[in-house]
Amino acid sequence: MALPIDAHGFSWRHADREQPAFVPIDLHIDAGEKVLLLGPSGAGKTTLLHAIAGVLPAESGEAAGDLLVGDRPPDPRRGETGLVLQDPDSQVIFSRVGDDVAFGMENLGLPAEIIDARISTSLRTMGLDLPHDHPTAALSGGQKQRLALAGVHAMAPQVIILDEPTANIDPSSAASIRDAVLDTRAATSATMVIVEHRVELWLDHVDTVIVLGPHGLLTQGTPNSVFGDPELAKVLLESGIWVPGRTGSLAGDDRKPVESVSHPAAVSTGEVVLRTEQLSVARPRVKTPAATGLDLSIRAGEAVGIVGANGAGKSTLALTLAGLIPEFGGEVSALGPLQAGAKHARPFRWPSAFLAPRIGMVFQEPEHQFLRSSVAEELALGPRLAGWSAGQIEERVAELLQALGLEPLAEAHPQGLSGGEKRRLSVAAMMAPRPQVLIVDEPTFGQDALTWAGLVEQFLDVLARGSTVVAISHDDAFLEAIGARRVVLGGAKQPTVEKTGAGDIREGREN
Amino acid sequence: MSAATPSPVAVHDPGQLIPLVRRTALVRCNPLTKIAVALILMVGTLLSIDMVSAGIVLGFCLLALPATGLDLRAALLRLWFLPLGALLAAWGTAILAEKTGTVVIDVGPILMTTGSLGAAGAIFLRALALAIPLIVLASTIDPRDLADALVQRLRLPEVVVVSVLAASRLLGLLVSEWQTLAMARRARGIAGGSIIRRTRSLFAGIFVLLVQSIRRGTTLAMAMEGRAFGRPGRTWRRESTFSSGDRLAVVVSLAVCALAIVAAHMLGTWNPIVGGN
Repeated sequence: MALPIDAHGFSWRHADREQPAFVPIDLHIDAGEKVLLLGPSGAGKTTLLHAIAGVLPAESGEAAGDLLVGDRPPDPRRGETGLVLQDPDSQVIFSRVGDDVAFGMENLGLPAEIIDARISTSLRTMGLDLPHDHPTAALSGGQKQRLALAGVHAMAPQVIILDEPTANIDPSSAASIRDAVLDTRAATSATMVIVEHRVELWLDHVDTVIVLGPHGLLTQGTPNSVFGDPELAKVLLESGIWVPGRTGSLAGDDRKPVESVSHPAAVSTGEVVLRTEQLSVARPRVKTPAATGLDLSIRAGEAVGIVGANGAGKSTLALTLAGLIPEFGGEVSALGPLQAGAKHARPFRWPSAFLAPRIGMVFQEPEHQFLRSSVAEELALGPRLAGWSAGQIEERVAELLQALGLEPLAEAHPQGLSGGEKRRLSVAAMMAPRPQVLIVDEPTFGQDALTWAGLVEQFLDVLARGSTVVAISHDDAFLEAIGARRVVLGGAKQPTVEKTGAGDIREGREN
Repeated sequence: MSAATPSPVAVHDPGQLIPLVRRTALVRCNPLTKIAVALILMVGTLLSIDMVSAGIVLGFCLLALPATGLDLRAALLRLWFLPLGALLAAWGTAILAEKTGTVVIDVGPILMTTGSLGAAGAIFLRALALAIPLIVLASTIDPRDLADALVQRLRLPEVVVVSVLAASRLLGLLVSEWQTLAMARRARGIAGGSIIRRTRSLFAGIFVLLVQSIRRGTTLAMAMEGRAFGRPGRTWRRESTFSSGDRLAVVVSLAVCALAIVAAHMLGTWNPIVGGN
């Protein structure tokens, strides 16, 4: 039996913020309705999901107005809702796959026989066919997301709440995960509320689209009425909502700086700055390499996209190229201008202060990289260490704040930003000192259409100045937009290196 | 461990001290039994400092090692420092213990007698006899099995046990988190340099680690709540049971403990740590 959801003048303010996460909203979701919740980065989508699931800790903020699930305020202990959070790493509960899936069912007080039968079914449904005693610590990010979904599937809840369920899943299996979620919902005819940036993946499968804007509820209606109305679509685009079929053109407009890329790129000889020979990579203390036999030549001013399935060793390769972990086998060498002034060819041997202004690395989890207590200081740190003048630093910080829509947050604490904002800040902080090589791990995660376009523009600026961008990304549109050639990692096999037509000048330079 | 497939442990669990290669009868014992066995053997070793009681317990432990199903090679590679540590302790004892009996070695400040060497041998054997059961305990107890047993058998409050169990997984994450933070500081150019800079960057790292831990803890609590944790009437997927194997393990360890004490008395080596001489 599904439950309706009603909000009357409901708002929430985090204890450490002056502005509410979202202004008072009124909405009604029917029992059994499938809802896609959209909104720009930082609009409070995640907070609203947590409120519906009843897991917003009372001491962490203030609520106003009413929120009802069924006819009562939400309480997760009734076991009516199943919630999957954004961060797959932090929501693994137990150390064995089977126990983790069973957790919700045990809480619901189901008998052991039913639990055991359902564990296998739920795991299989989410494409995670592993023995029940498989250690959860050995799962990849995408697998952990499947595990969390399996846990909710097993509970058969009346309200299903999902926060970016396919964000960490490689594009080729996102559709199968979506179908599994839809099957779960169909089996219980539960009410479903989902936040997802991959709009097109879900659009044909939901009844209603709710758009949360910076000033409250923007619109609520069927996908057709929301996206079919050209006036409305324009408003949505302007507030940064991904509009199917339209966002591409927006990105196209913003891709104009590509022309400016061509001039400096043509001037630069495209000298090789990083070369790997028979490189194999592994995390420290891991005995089997994540990828082997990598022969890469990365040139000045070019964009390289590293792609491949979950667990193919993309992040490990990025860390190795960035000189942060030692090569497992083979060698990474810096050449030409990148090597100038260095005592060693291998970036791993460079001291930190020498490395940072030359090779910048943006980590998968932005929180790790924040060192200062405000957004502006965070952006100023790199240029200051690189010895820029105060005026230059100020100018650069202002430019980045403006370009990435972080101006209102200049004095905010980096650790208190929303997921999408943190992502932008971590990219901007590494870009700030203009390193010769910028290596980024999933730079567009959690971005809305506007902030996405802002990021693309910044990357094009980096390229235009003759720097190199190496991007690990599941976001094809992003790699297209920056004109990246692709390096496909296929596990332990030899990588297949291919070029896309996007970077025509670059193709020429390859030869 | 698994209901569907009682497979040999094929995937290495990064959280495990020493990998298991076989699921023996001892491994299948209830965690409470394993704790009881370790405690009983500890009594047999701790009560007296002498070679006989410690030697008997240690001998039994060594003989029983194959039954633990542990990867003994890996154990040796990872825990080579244990015998070394025991040897160091013994060395100290040999020099410092009461000098009774005849002099064996007398080189400058180093004076060893049969009495002090005997005490040293006993310390060496005791250290190992204490360490082995604890290592086996730590490596073969699945935390989840222990939680099952604590709640179902010892009637400890389930909310507390499950929370501690879930939080203990996060502790393991701290290590890899710290490595990532160190890399991140290096990437931002503030690692290395003078002692002052190193210290500052270390504190920046500790702050981020704290923030991250709190965030992970909050998220985990939210994820658990989001799956109806705290609802009254929780069931347990697996029943925590005792079998004849458990009884046998306790009886055997009691027998070894008794044998150690009796033998030490009969051979006149009994040297209790408390009371009497």
